[in-house]
Amino acid sequence: MSDTTPNGIHTRGLNLWYGKFLALKNVDVDIKHGLITSLIGPSGCGKTTLLRCFNRINERFSYVRTEGKIEILGKNIYDPDVSLLELRKSVGMVFQRPNPLPISVYENIVFGLRVHTPGLRLKKSLLDEAVEQALTEVRLWKDLKNRLKTRATSLQLEQQQKLCIARLLPLKPRIILMDEPCSSLDVEGTRAIEELMFNLRGNYTIVIVTHNMAQARRASDECIFMLLGEVKEHTRTEELFLNPQNPKTAEYIEGRYG
Amino acid sequence: MGSADLVGADAPERPRRPRWAVWGERALETIIRLSGVSAIIFVLAIFFFVFREAAPVLFNGHFNILQFLFSTAWYPTSESNIRYGTFALTLGSFSVTALAMALAVPFGLGAAIYISEFSGPKQKETLKVIIELLAAIPSVVWGFIGLTIMNKIIVAVTGAPVGVNLLNGGIILALMSVPIIVSIGEDALKAVPDSYREAALAIGTTKWQLIYRVLFPAAKNGLLAAVLLGVGRAVGETMAVLMATGHAVQIPHGVLDSVRTLTANIAAELGEAAAGSDHYRVLFLTGVLLFCITFAVNLTADFVIRGVRRK
Repeated sequence: MSDTTPNGIHTRGLNLWYGKFLALKNVDVDIKHGLITSLIGPSGCGKTTLLRCFNRINERFSYVRTEGKIEILGKNIYDPDVSLLELRKSVGMVFQRPNPLPISVYENIVFGLRVHTPGLRLKKSLLDEAVEQALTEVRLWKDLKNRLKTRATSLQLEQQQKLCIARLLPLKPRIILMDEPCSSLDVEGTRAIEELMFNLRGNYTIVIVTHNMAQARRASDECIFMLLGEVKEHTRTEELFLNPQNPKTAEYIEGRYG
Repeated sequence: MGSADLVGADAPERPRRPRWAVWGERALETIIRLSGVSAIIFVLAIFFFVFREAAPVLFNGHFNILQFLFSTAWYPTSESNIRYGTFALTLGSFSVTALAMALAVPFGLGAAIYISEFSGPKQKETLKVIIELLAAIPSVVWGFIGLTIMNKIIVAVTGAPVGVNLLNGGIILALMSVPIIVSIGEDALKAVPDSYREAALAIGTTKWQLIYRVLFPAAKNGLLAAVLLGVGRAVGETMAVLMATGHAVQIPHGVLDSVRTLTANIAAELGEAAAGSDHYRVLFLTGVLLFCITFAVNLTADFVIRGVRRK
């Protein structure tokens, strides 16, 4: 891994099986730190599977088997001495459907802190500060500062999704994985999330899975095109859309299949 | 039929539902509605008939309702001084139920959590089948186990003079309530959306943190329902406690004292009481009391769950 930044995501020879089905085939990617990288490709191409490898959340299903190497923050996350909890602390994930926990807005945001701090060493002032900071960063503070005690599941979908991003921030992650974060949002919500991604860009490595090619085009710096479990092309977004090297990529972005 | 109007005069032949199907559907709808309403009718009818058997004793002039509720003297067949005090029986029911729940709730919820969150698919199926089997054991068999096996074990372990007592009844009732708590509790945990689990795990919770920080709050209504159904089972159980608790009318001072419950008392004495006698009517009144207790438990549960939900 010569020319790549240490804080990116680097995979080598990554294979993944769901039972007997090979869902990822020998995936080698180098995702750069501080950029927004989008994973595109038709349904079933393995983009969500790849994303879910990066925090090893795939492993909660016993029929998943992984082989190969994923280096995150300079360490192979499949090494036996890697702490899953520490990994997930530095690699946050946002899901397709907003999934705030059925507790208050406030508790959702401090959830990560509570989980990762043993005992009862958390001061109220520290938590308050974390909540304000996280909500400010996702532009929700103004709307929600008087509603911190409301149940998070009763917010609008867009707010819920922003909250799901906000709850990652107190743990100071390096990488944020987003699995089609806008697919259940309307135009305004999508715009808001994309703006938010731009604000977070630079400080965080963001990997986003999207079905929406227009979104990949306007919201990402680099693009990875996948097909049938293989990475076909990985380059700067403008380059991929204007001058695709692989004929399959060209056909996909023209909308001939998918 | 009105639908004919929608079809133009020159419309081609289209598939139509025959008349019997339309009427059949209406009939089915009525039957379903009736079966829904019937629950209310049955409850009211049961209450009415039990109360009708009990009512005359309330108005016969020498019956004292306060004595009935708060006296511990139960001497229905005394030659000189007949007294009908059910307080010891009520306490008996409460203490056996409380002991049973103290044992069954941790075990039941623990098993529900294990089955829903930790066991693999094959183990899960096996465990569920076995637990259902446990629920299928008739209560008289449980009573028999209490009377013979548990009895000996308790005498041997604790050195108590008799092994049929509060502890015995509590253990037997706990064993009977666990399957209910497990299966309802497991349903409640299964109903928690998987997205909550993923959300928590992706933040880096351990399995245990996931359970007490996410699953418990998310499933608390269902888990509460599981516990209360267990309580309902324990309060209402008759045959097993009749055989396992020792059947002595007294206020228990420890788990090794024998007790008698409201239910066991009715079961044991109703056959001997002359129909229409005061004794007979008081036993029915005990039934009404039991009915009121379970009704109060259910109603409280309902309010608690509703209160929780509003929050």
